Amino acid sequence: MLDAIDRQLVAATQNGLPLVADPYRAIAETAGVDEATVIARLKHLLAQGAIRRLGAIPNHYTIGLTANGMAVWDVADDAVGEVGARVGALEFVTHCYERPRHLPWWPYNLFAMVHGHARDEVLEKVARITDLIGAAARGHDVLFSTRILKKSGLRIAA
Amino acid sequence: MTQALDPTERAVLNGLQGGFPLTERPFRDAGAQLGLTEGELIDCIRRLLARGCLSRFGPLWNAEGLGGAVCLCAMAVPPERFAEVAARVNAHPEVAHNYERNHALNMWFVISSDCPDRIPDVIAAIEAETGLRVLPMPKQREFFVGFRVEV
Repeated sequence: MLDAIDRQLVAATQNGLPLVADPYRAIAETAGVDEATVIARLKHLLAQGAIRRLGAIPNHYTIGLTANGMAVWDVADDAVGEVGARVGALEFVTHCYERPRHLPWWPYNLFAMVHGHARDEVLEKVARITDLIGAAARGHDVLFSTRILKKSGLRIAA
Repeated sequence: MTQALDPTERAVLNGLQGGFPLTERPFRDAGAQLGLTEGELIDCIRRLLARGCLSRFGPLWNAEGLGGAVCLCAMAVPPERFAEVAARVNAHPEVAHNYERNHALNMWFVISSDCPDRIPDVIAAIEAETGLRVLPMPKQREFFVGFRVEV
């Protein structure tokens, strides 16, 4: 579904846009196409979701959001769609997914990432979510990241 | 570690987490909306990158949207083996992120590949190299979220 030009655009931008007045022209020169093609392709890739968004990608830790909680709940399968939609709509939730349980090690199927300046702030937000979910939440937990062991951007062969 | 932000940096971070223009002079056009000149916006982004406040400035590519796949995985690693197992897991180029978390499942990593068939191979390789079970937690459904982290 990605052609050779799209793959070149991924390779040329995966570490970021050139910080020059005409970044799309600079990318076009690298990729051997014209600027209008780069702009049209990027618009299309954004519209179809291959690019989630275009702009500043903050480093949560450096800007003070050092508490990063992965909040999880065990929600009945027939309720998780409706509950997930409500949790995802909260402005402090940055990701919200349904994932499989792995009993007996892991009973949770709804995941939401909640960031804050301190653990107490994250726990307070998670408590608000648990209240919102109400009786549909049969159990919950919050896992804090205690160390980043690896973090790299998307890597794709050109 | 935490960097203090001046009002301009704050405005750029809050205002430009998406919607960067696809025009011939995008920094001029985005700057106009923030009350900054083209040069001021470029300088501000340069500073935010140099200080580590931004991981990147540009497109956030979606591996799945590119025909690839991502899969969150969890492992319960015995504490005395943690460093060795982290090194073995991280040695796989398909492992994009890896976090230690405070749970019996204490290692959580994301496998990302432009070839979906690679994911089970990487999981099998990690299990063989470490002798530990990997629990795959692929997303079954994604719920829409807003994009912004307010600073």
